Amino acid sequence: MNKREFLEELKKKLSGLSQNDVKEHLDFYGEMIDDMIEEGLTEQAAILKIGTVEEVVSQIISDTPLTKIVKERVTTKRKIKVLEIVLLVLGSPLWLSLLIAGFTVAFSLYISLWAVVISLWAVFASFIGAALGSLICGVGFILGGNNITGVFVIGCGIALAGLSILMFFLCKLATKGTAFLTKRAIFGIKNCFIKKEEA
Amino acid sequence: MDIQLKRGLLDVCVLAAIKNEDSYGYKIIKDMRPYIELSESTLYTILKRLENASMLTVKTVEHDGRLRKYYHITETGTRRIEEFRGDWKEILSIYRFVVKEDTDE
Repeated sequence: MNKREFLEELKKKLSGLSQNDVKEHLDFYGEMIDDMIEEGLTEQAAILKIGTVEEVVSQIISDTPLTKIVKERVTTKRKIKVLEIVLLVLGSPLWLSLLIAGFTVAFSLYISLWAVVISLWAVFASFIGAALGSLICGVGFILGGNNITGVFVIGCGIALAGLSILMFFLCKLATKGTAFLTKRAIFGIKNCFIKKEEA
Repeated sequence: MDIQLKRGLLDVCVLAAIKNEDSYGYKIIKDMRPYIELSESTLYTILKRLENASMLTVKTVEHDGRLRKYYHITETGTRRIEEFRGDWKEILSIYRFVVKEDTDE
């Protein structure tokens, strides 16, 4: 394979990129080969040193950010036909509202998950409040001479305090679990996009 | 070497290769070879990244009837090398910490 063949092959394999990017790559490798030849290498040896076209292409692809690849695909690979634009516009009341509805449902499900977590914490806070209240009231009853009621209310307060400790761990678990689910969901969405691109 | 670590080092290496005088692709690789191995395609990515970060500028010069791209370091690029000197002290102290943990065990 000589220099011209190498660059031709490279050009063909990079056709997914923008023309400007392709030209830059070709210029770069062309210059590299010329400089190696100037150094005393034969054309063959210079190309051998750079590697196969496949190796170069796979390196270029792995170095090109995903966003750029997507952009190239969407903008240069194919033009949207007029009919498609018309259909997109005419269909927008349907697909747009469906899309919004889909997003809204997903979002509200997510919010309600956190709402459960928040309400659990609210229960925890009310337990603590009630425990404190009971203890103060109990002391009040005892000072007022109503010993039996006082002891009973203080007992309730201590029980509530105990429950609130359990509640605290439950809340922590729920928060951690929801945060973990969030992370997984975001990862899943990202994965979906990358897989689609690979296909 | 760890890819992430090498990647960060290569950027500074390429800047260092054009620090004293403008250089071109093949010469950069040649100058770096005794210190760190660098493939042509990797160099392309690094040069592109450094250009986008305004750490170097590109100038096309005619050479022997063909065109050759020369890379020129900018003020930002020189500052990056200076920063690296600072970073290096930190890396060295991290290295000492890591090695120390090893011998303690």
